[in-house]
Amino acid sequence: MEKKKKKGFGYWLLYFALPVIILAVWEGYSFAGKLKPYALPAPEKILKTTVEYIQNGQLFTNIGVSVLLVLEGFFLAFFVAFTVGICVTVFPKFDTFTDLIIQILKPIPPIAWIPLAILWFGIGQDSKIFIIFIGAVFPIFLNTVDGVRNIDKKYFELAKVYEAPKSQLIKKIIIPGALPSIMTGVRLGVGNAWVSVVAAEMIGATKGVGYMLSNGRSLSRPDIVILGMLLVGIFGKLMDDLLRWLRKKLIKWN
Amino acid sequence: MGNIVEIKHLTKNFTDKEKNVKALDDINLEIKEGSFVSIIGGSGCGKSTMLRIIGGLETEYDGEVLVGGENVTAPSRDKGFIFQDHRLLPWLTVKENIRFSLPDSQKKNDELIKEYLSLVGLSNFENAYPKQLSGGMSQRVAIARALANKPKILLLDEPFGALDAITKVNLQEELLKIWKKENITMIIVTHDIDEAVYLGQKVVVMTPRPGRIKDIHTVNLGTVRVRTGELFTAARDEIYKEFFKESELPFSYSI
Repeated sequence: MEKKKKKGFGYWLLYFALPVIILAVWEGYSFAGKLKPYALPAPEKILKTTVEYIQNGQLFTNIGVSVLLVLEGFFLAFFVAFTVGICVTVFPKFDTFTDLIIQILKPIPPIAWIPLAILWFGIGQDSKIFIIFIGAVFPIFLNTVDGVRNIDKKYFELAKVYEAPKSQLIKKIIIPGALPSIMTGVRLGVGNAWVSVVAAEMIGATKGVGYMLSNGRSLSRPDIVILGMLLVGIFGKLMDDLLRWLRKKLIKWN
Repeated sequence: MGNIVEIKHLTKNFTDKEKNVKALDDINLEIKEGSFVSIIGGSGCGKSTMLRIIGGLETEYDGEVLVGGENVTAPSRDKGFIFQDHRLLPWLTVKENIRFSLPDSQKKNDELIKEYLSLVGLSNFENAYPKQLSGGMSQRVAIARALANKPKILLLDEPFGALDAITKVNLQEELLKIWKKENITMIIVTHDIDEAVYLGQKVVVMTPRPGRIKDIHTVNLGTVRVRTGELFTAARDEIYKEFFKESELPFSYSI
């Protein structure tokens, strides 16, 4: 087994070097007056806006709203994708029955659904949850199906020898066997959900990180836009870290 | 005791790219209850196919195959099957792997699981995951899993083929002990002549294209089986002669 190496000072130096260099160059150029503040403000201006947004609570309100939407849309998508994914693999007729419609819906990007979502669900949170659902459901579904189909056939033979009923087959072979792939789907799904929430909020919202971006644009405040973008990036990374950790906990046998 | 396995006029054809391959041609075989039978032959002689048919894993064939007087239509717990790979589920611990195999009435019977793990000498590994076990240990768990279901017959398809020579000998010894203790019919398919002679009371020799039974040898190793000595060498030479002409026979002697 691989030994866990402690990451030394050198590692962390290298890890943070590029962001620091970018910040330094950025700061240097704006200090020299080469950057137009209305296009790209100095780093300290963004820092100031951040502090301001933390103090007036807007930062947490906006992030909180978006994270909540992502969670709602994601869990809905996971439930549907997982259930349909398992059914498709266990019942071949159900697969034939649903395949064409899934293949046609799959290439439609989540933003293409925004007009219909607004017509159907209004401009409230429901339409955004729907967009996020669309964004997250396909990667989870496809990876679930792939995961089950890639389970070694010899395990199904084993299940026959021990006369395992379908419930046991699903619980003890199909789900754990497909779990690594399902977790990959979940990571892609959460990533897509996060992308979708920003898109949905940019079009019609009064709160959320996507709203920060569109609001910053209409106020000609690039600092707010950049702060919003950074929040999307940082929270996206944190969610992914969390899922990687979860994957390790769930898949103990590898 | 009667026959536990009766095979009458068994013929099996495979179609491979529109070419018809006769894997088994008119096989007739009877196996006595409680006996240990080895089936040996080169690759492609249909020995594994025959075992899979007895085990119910292949169901399309011509002829009649009876196990315990009944036609074989599907695999079942009565017919324990050991594959060449241990086939433990990697996501379940040793204990849970055995539990998975048990019928509903025995699912909670931890004592049963413990009993069979101790039979194969792995009492301390009930909570280990398969990847933590060596190849030989994994195959022992697979044997414990099969036996915990109290099968009438244990079918072993080249079970030690992937193991190193020393582990292989150890497991053969243990298998013999288990056979004597549990009083269960065992059929082993192998391509290893020593293994076939050491384990089997009878050795069924098969030849390929089409798969046929060439000969059935009765092995007499005396009351205590040893892999050295004249009885073993004589029995082994007899099988060698089935596969090699006299002039090709490897020089052998016993110490």
